[in-house]
Amino acid sequence: MKKISIKGGMITKQIIMVIATFFALYPVIWLISIAFKDKNQYLANKFFFSWPLQFTSFESALKGGKFFLWFMNSTVMTIGSVILCTIIAVLAAYAFAKMQFKGQDLIMNILIALMVVPVVVLIVPLFILYTQTKLMATYPGIIIIYAAVCLPFSVYLLTNFFKTIPHEIIEAGIVDGCSSFTILTRIIMPLSGPPITTLIIVNALWIWNELLLALVFLPKDNLRTLMVGITVFKSKYNLEIPTTMAGLLLTTIPMVVLYIVFQKFFIRGLTAGSIK
Amino acid sequence: MIAILLFIYGYALVKVFDFSFRRIRGITGVFVGFDNYKFVFADPVFNQSVLNNFKLFLVIPFIIFFALIFAVLLFEKIRGWRFYRVSLFLPYILAIPIAGTIFGYMFTKNGVINEILRAAHLSALAIDWLGDPKYALWTLMIIILWKEIGFGIALFLARLMSVDESIYDSASIDGAGWWGKLLFITIPQLRNIITFFIIITIINMLSWVFAYSYTVTMGGPGRATTVLELYIFNKLARSQTPNLGMASAASVILLLITVVFIVISYRVRRRGELVE
Repeated sequence: MKKISIKGGMITKQIIMVIATFFALYPVIWLISIAFKDKNQYLANKFFFSWPLQFTSFESALKGGKFFLWFMNSTVMTIGSVILCTIIAVLAAYAFAKMQFKGQDLIMNILIALMVVPVVVLIVPLFILYTQTKLMATYPGIIIIYAAVCLPFSVYLLTNFFKTIPHEIIEAGIVDGCSSFTILTRIIMPLSGPPITTLIIVNALWIWNELLLALVFLPKDNLRTLMVGITVFKSKYNLEIPTTMAGLLLTTIPMVVLYIVFQKFFIRGLTAGSIK
Repeated sequence: MIAILLFIYGYALVKVFDFSFRRIRGITGVFVGFDNYKFVFADPVFNQSVLNNFKLFLVIPFIIFFALIFAVLLFEKIRGWRFYRVSLFLPYILAIPIAGTIFGYMFTKNGVINEILRAAHLSALAIDWLGDPKYALWTLMIIILWKEIGFGIALFLARLMSVDESIYDSASIDGAGWWGKLLFITIPQLRNIITFFIIITIINMLSWVFAYSYTVTMGGPGRATTVLELYIFNKLARSQTPNLGMASAASVILLLITVVFIVISYRVRRRGELVE
């Protein structure tokens, strides 16, 4: 009797997971299947792949959208912002964790509070500031904003990690005559590979996928990021669904490849800072 | 070191309060007291937006329920769990504009969802998911559920790994069933992380849903899915007559709402700790 109920439980669980996985994956499978259709195939079959696979939608997507340019823009902005943010975060976290200065706790508390400020609250004043100062529609302009938005969380996370590095190691460094900076680069940084990698991935993913700031602060065709490009592309090809899907698939592939390669870091990053 | 951070946030936060009291022409304007706030509160679109943000909270219990079940099943390492895990996290990695666009097409009146429902003789369910103001916000919630569940699973799963397994063993000896263990062991053990997830999700539903609203429905039909962020964005960038004063006032209100929710959740959390 008991054995049967355990088996029954196993089957129920498998059924639940299969259904859940189907719902999770179907939109993505659907995207792929539609991208490989031409218009008539889509009208004939909206559910799944049609044979033979057609590549015409990719041709028209590549012709109609500047995917390469958008891709490069997103790459430049993401890399620039992540580098800026990481450098500042490492320096600031080092100061918070290993030095003593006036107002330390106060600044840390302000930083924690800033983590929850909605990004949209900042856009009106920054919009006005940027139109005055020529930072509007420039790479440096948006990179500064992205880096600043990422900073509170980054500093908080790294400070917590740096605090776990034992003082003895640093004191040994001081005895050996290291300056603060060499302690940071020679002792602390090599010990902090995993958290810094996690941080870089989390921030890069966020910036890459960000839409609102990119829409407001890059109002120029040749500066569009991939995410803004998609929305423009979509409204242009609203009636040619396979073409839109082909475009979306082109933008999705690099991300999914990165996800599968760096799966471990992604998952660690998702939960970073929340588990004590 | 953190000058850049203080500059961006400090300047922006001070200015957004300042601007909210002015009628802005160009880069600044005359002081008009609370006029902008009066206009904002008299604007039906604004009120609807706030209401929509609050309605989005309804999706949170669903996210938690499903995320918990899936996390526990993954934790039990049922056959194929690696594949299930990668699949269930995938939606969370996809950019919102991409997911939003895919679902935008799947949920059209003659889109694939309705075709499937009709093929399954469920024509009554083949509603105009996104075109009917009655249903559009609910459809948006389905999309948010699909996308955000991965984060919940990742969090809960990470916490489950650190639960002492002997608790489960002794519960099994006492004859606790699967649901019994979930209710009386797993949920109490995960209470802190669930609270944390609720707080994060509330903040997200208030101030991080712009991309859904913008890419799936553009806030429509009418204003059925307009959220506060989109309202601010429209007042700033898309309207025929931009009104930066009103946009600032709405930003300040959003900030205050967020702060209120954080304070409430902080209080609730502390009371929880006292009970413990």
